[in-house]
Amino acid sequence: MSYSEQVIDHFSNPHNQGHIENPDGVGEVGNLTCGDVMKIYIKVENDEDGDKIISDIKFETFGCVAAIATSSMITDLAKNQKLSVAMKIKNEDVLGELGDLPTQKIHCSVLAADALAEAIYDYLFKTKQEIPEELQKRHHHNMQTMAAFEEI
Amino acid sequence: MPTPTRIYFDYAATTPLDPEVFKEMKPYFLEKYGNPASLHWAGQQAAKAVSNARETLALAINATPNEIIFTSSATESNNLALKGLVWGNTTKRNKIVISAVEHDCVLNSAKWLSKQDYDLSYFEVDQYGRIKLDKLNEKLDEKTLLVSVIHANNEIGTIQPIKEIADICHERGILLHVDASQTFGKIPVDVKDLGVDLLTTSAHKIYGPKGVSFLYCKKGVKLTPLLHGGGQELNLRSSTSNVPGIVGFAKAIEISLKNQKTEEERIKKLRDCLEKQILSTIPDSHLNGHPNYRLFNILNIRFDYIEGESLIMRLSQKGVAASTGSACSSPKLEPSHVLLATGLKPAEAHGSLRLSLGRWSTQDEVEYVAAAIEQIVSDLRKISPFKRK
Repeated sequence: MSYSEQVIDHFSNPHNQGHIENPDGVGEVGNLTCGDVMKIYIKVENDEDGDKIISDIKFETFGCVAAIATSSMITDLAKNQKLSVAMKIKNEDVLGELGDLPTQKIHCSVLAADALAEAIYDYLFKTKQEIPEELQKRHHHNMQTMAAFEEI
Repeated sequence: MPTPTRIYFDYAATTPLDPEVFKEMKPYFLEKYGNPASLHWAGQQAAKAVSNARETLALAINATPNEIIFTSSATESNNLALKGLVWGNTTKRNKIVISAVEHDCVLNSAKWLSKQDYDLSYFEVDQYGRIKLDKLNEKLDEKTLLVSVIHANNEIGTIQPIKEIADICHERGILLHVDASQTFGKIPVDVKDLGVDLLTTSAHKIYGPKGVSFLYCKKGVKLTPLLHGGGQELNLRSSTSNVPGIVGFAKAIEISLKNQKTEEERIKKLRDCLEKQILSTIPDSHLNGHPNYRLFNILNIRFDYIEGESLIMRLSQKGVAASTGSACSSPKLEPSHVLLATGLKPAEAHGSLRLSLGRWSTQDEVEYVAAAIEQIVSDLRKISPFKRK
């Protein structure tokens, strides 16, 4: 098994690591396969056109090289992005940017995308905004996973 | 450009070849290339070398040369011990017991046999990975054919009370196989003193070549071969003999036995120093394995709140080679069964690090590695969502 250069770069010098004081949204997801846990914090602001954007994002990850690299990458992809766009970021997008992952590590990129979706869901829920159906579905799925995760 | 730092603290995975061993092997690649099964001069040169090596290796474990079966790996020796014994079994005994901390090759061979009408059960271990002797009797009865126990575990280094286990087995007419891959050449392994019937060894853990091992099979213990062919190794392991490998193995054990005591003392001192430095400087770090009954070159420590694969990758970036029992670094994404057997939770096994020292480890390396680990653990904890409460 070996990792691509991009993965190693992100792992060695992760972008946006740490946490945000008083975040607008927090997403935490765990992986049943390997036990990794990823937490994403976001700040949301209006841009010049009045659209909601992710103005700041940070992550905390308990996990392997791939988990840390994908966390770092997803914060790059989501930062300063419109909320409506960020909530659609999928693990394939992370994979594409990272120049692929070893097969058994693909699930780490899923974790990163889920943690971001959860943070956005958390923000929309807390501010009583409308939550798109697709995001609701993802949230439901993540909650089921987390419930199972608590048991192990 | 300065030379990058290169520190190898993974001697339990494999060791570099001792240059003396290489020197001994070299002619058997280039000049003395004969097949020991051949009657001509070239074959006889090779046959003589294999015979001498067999004698040296047999002597090293206090056995006789015809009790030594050369194989290609400790994995093969372990497979031959378990499957060969079961396939050659003419008794009504149909139970196998292994410890919960066996190497995968014993564990998976035993599991495979359990699908072929053999009952499999496990000896429990305590928090240090040592077999609970008072629970042995519960697992053994008149139907038990074989017990297989690892001498010292490859991950945590815990040494098992083989003599005591052997006594209990033999009282019941049960055969005992011991996987001594990590101990042979490092600590005394005397098959008569230990009371074992089958014993697996490895060359590449003691500065010998990869691809060679032997199984000791006590006279009178009947095995069925895994490989059929030209009838080499008393018809128990057909294949053209790996002459350079066998010659190298004998040289490796010769060197190891000559320096056994001094080498143990030197490496143990380094290992203990590393252990003390890590445990005293890094909060929430814990020793895995037995504090005393432990192979002198292995140190397994776990760090709360971080994951092992990240740790070994950062260490590697600083030039240090080490290994981990984290699920993330295993192809099956499962945490080490050895660490779980000692009662650790998967998340605890996640943050484990194995450092194993050897013949060329130095005090300077110990200092460098201890400092590197302190820095890396601190950095990774900063990224972790789990913190000290």
